Amino acid sequence: MADAAVDYYRIASLWVRSSMAYPASFWMMAIGSFLMTGLDFVAIWVLLRNVDELGGFGLTEIGLLYGATGLGLAFADLLVGRVDRLGQMIRLGRLDTMMTKPVPLLVQVCADEFAPRRFARVAQAGIVFVWAATYVDWSLPRVLVAAEMLLSGAVIFFSLFVALACVQFWTAEGTEFANAFTYGGNQVTQFPMSVFPAELVKALTFILPIAFVNWYPCLYLLGREDPFGLPKVLQFASPVAAALCLGAAVLAWRFGVRHYRSTGS
Amino acid sequence: MPLHVAVATRAFKRYSTYVGATLAGIFTNCVFGVIACFVYIEVWGQSPDAGGYDVTDAVTYVWLGQAMIMTVAIWGGGTPDDLAQRIRSGDVVIDLYRPVGILGWYLAGDLGRAAYHLLTRGVAPTVVGGLLFDLRYPADVVTWVWFLAALPVAVTVSFGLRMLAALTAFWLLDDLGPRMLLGFAALFFSGLTVPLVILPGALRDVAMVLPWATFLQVPADIWLGKRTGAEVAEGLAFMLGWAAVLLVACAYVLRRAERRVVVQGG
Repeated sequence: MADAAVDYYRIASLWVRSSMAYPASFWMMAIGSFLMTGLDFVAIWVLLRNVDELGGFGLTEIGLLYGATGLGLAFADLLVGRVDRLGQMIRLGRLDTMMTKPVPLLVQVCADEFAPRRFARVAQAGIVFVWAATYVDWSLPRVLVAAEMLLSGAVIFFSLFVALACVQFWTAEGTEFANAFTYGGNQVTQFPMSVFPAELVKALTFILPIAFVNWYPCLYLLGREDPFGLPKVLQFASPVAAALCLGAAVLAWRFGVRHYRSTGS
Repeated sequence: MPLHVAVATRAFKRYSTYVGATLAGIFTNCVFGVIACFVYIEVWGQSPDAGGYDVTDAVTYVWLGQAMIMTVAIWGGGTPDDLAQRIRSGDVVIDLYRPVGILGWYLAGDLGRAAYHLLTRGVAPTVVGGLLFDLRYPADVVTWVWFLAALPVAVTVSFGLRMLAALTAFWLLDDLGPRMLLGFAALFFSGLTVPLVILPGALRDVAMVLPWATFLQVPADIWLGKRTGAEVAEGLAFMLGWAAVLLVACAYVLRRAERRVVVQGG
């Protein structure tokens, strides 16, 4: 595990140096991705100029939801953001080259094209989260739930990225399909679940547990009742959901690698 | 002219080979469309005439937006990306000594691409949206004609902007930065994140005259019947004006850039 982290760090630093080769482009990209992710929140602000609350939640409460899911996705994207290019690595034969090297395959795939501009997404979501957190009535249990929420959120998105990338072992065109779940999942959780129909919320709890990224822990942080009347224990269950997701992702990755046959072209 | 038609046809065929990617993309468009619809239904449920739209207009707008993402290439992509790559690799030299203008060649290719994306990733999500939600359709044949006439103009405006970003590769070598900034501006000012009509006062006025308003807001207002008679003509004139300005700007930058080309190797 420690070795893997060192390997990851080494590969990532190579890519950091390469992206600094064109500084003008780097800074434009960093500012661009900072603004681009921030625009989602501007959009929510614009919507809330027309109504007082969305699904019974005000701007600061939605800010907390937005910041929490944004940080989860940003941390996952920072570490494994390029795993969605697996299909491209297969097509170009780069995966075969990676397999011959004495570094775990997943580490190589994830560290490939590591882009320092991804810190911009962390910064942007972090700013909204910290701002919204000032409106929360903090206590020790709430601090613990918040910490556990951010960690679980990152693990859930990390698992989604990896598990969905495995589809590309069979079809090289899975990137957009994966986006529907990763970035789509982020989009859904930016809003209070009370905006959506109950069936969808149950699916996002029990089938694809994206609601655990922020919704259930945030209900606890904000001291709110579950609008769908689901058990309160779910508000503390994010680590369980994260562990299940991670287990599924590891199994999917192992299965994918074992059944991978080069493109052979 | 037949040459450009041939280029467009080839581009259409080139994109149509990626069936899996198209289907996955349609699925993604539908997921994002459904999420936005629930949010908009909530907003317009509480504020039934926000921005002069009713809830049916708002939900229809969501699906028109999903249909335009790839057709107008709101986030970028299309043939200017190919050109940027050829500038980096030096292959652009071949483009320069062809007896055909670069701009016309790449524009034709991009219109072919747009036609393919309109027929697949434009039509399919709209059909799905129509099955799931109550949508508004153009009131008469004339409205259909105006809407369809607006689309190639929107693609041309978008092409002009993407081309300007791609041409920065002559100076910067790496055009990712400008491309990303352009994508950021387009995402917001096209009205894809929220309809431009509900932006607050001055911001709305500014957004409505920027070139990105041609991507989605103007065509959507024609579709929804928010623009009628003279307003339709005015909207199309606005779009054609931006298309002309941007193409002239591209031609100018391209002429400056040609002098910078250094053929390496040999």
